[in-house]
Amino acid sequence: MANTYTLISSNTVGSGGTAQVDFNSIPQTYTDLLIKTSTNASSLTIIRIRFNSVSSNDYSQIVLRGTGAAVASFNNAGWDTLSAFSPSYNNDGANIFSNNEYYIPNYTSSNIKSISGDSVTEANATTAYTLLYAGLLNNSSAITSISLLPSTGNFAQYSTFYLYGISNS
Amino acid sequence: MPAGSTYEPIATTTLGSSQQYVTFTSISGSYTDLVLVVNTTGASSNVNYDLVVGNGSVDTGSNYSATYIQGNTTAPSSTRSTNATQLRLGNNAYTQASGGNFMAITQFLNYSNTTTYKTVLSRQGNPNLSVEATVGLWRSTSAINIIRIGDSGGITMAAGSTFTLYGITAA
Repeated sequence: MANTYTLISSNTVGSGGTAQVDFNSIPQTYTDLLIKTSTNASSLTIIRIRFNSVSSNDYSQIVLRGTGAAVASFNNAGWDTLSAFSPSYNNDGANIFSNNEYYIPNYTSSNIKSISGDSVTEANATTAYTLLYAGLLNNSSAITSISLLPSTGNFAQYSTFYLYGISNS
Repeated sequence: MPAGSTYEPIATTTLGSSQQYVTFTSISGSYTDLVLVVNTTGASSNVNYDLVVGNGSVDTGSNYSATYIQGNTTAPSSTRSTNATQLRLGNNAYTQASGGNFMAITQFLNYSNTTTYKTVLSRQGNPNLSVEATVGLWRSTSAINIIRIGDSGGITMAAGSTFTLYGITAA
């Protein structure tokens, strides 16, 4: 059977929301990982991503951000998580979900890890987020777990999270 | 009936030693789109990741153009190139030890048709330098069956760098 995106795990948030989404015991049999999410949060928040529960200051990233009213780029260095994406710009309400993707190549290698991501939200408002990320985890361990957590509040019901493995052979 | 394949690996290369170019040849025309995933561990000096394509042999004529949007540590920018001899996806000026990884995900849309010019979409970046998005054009109606990436100026890419080409089929 030809190789494809192989779904490793999925999570759909139920009633009441959830404070954190975890992918644990990630198989080490793929080449790359891909995270795709559709998210809404209970408050204006930043979604953070953490690998292997590493909370030392080993994360850095450059962000390119457009809102429709302004464009900016900046870097975050020496953080304890990656700032992954924002579900909404203005706390746009229960029906607006952001679309987000994070790609991690060679996640089982003993090299430091690169992460490439993008995030978009559209709410028919004056402003909304479009973001590009280039991230780094300065850690040589293979990735075996991934956590996504809002900086404040919870992921709202109906938010979805999918983790795929991609093989190069 | 099971769904058709999505990302199907065509070829992969991991550099055992530094080298200037990685080339994918004799690419099958049976897919709809191609995706190239590049992850480099850094280089000893400022490496440019120049992308050229072709049919049978790579085209190094002035047949490429692109629009780039880029964010670095302080400010965003957008630039264009026209009548270029390659699509420059970015550069990496950090070694593995100092935390520099360059990564690119580059899509070649409808690469095997023989009626249109070829569009390339790419997302790339180095977390110590910049994040970028690129749309590029190869002004040729020939099918793409060869892709080469590397520094046209001669700087080599480091051992451990990985390059994987996937095919995507629409049906």
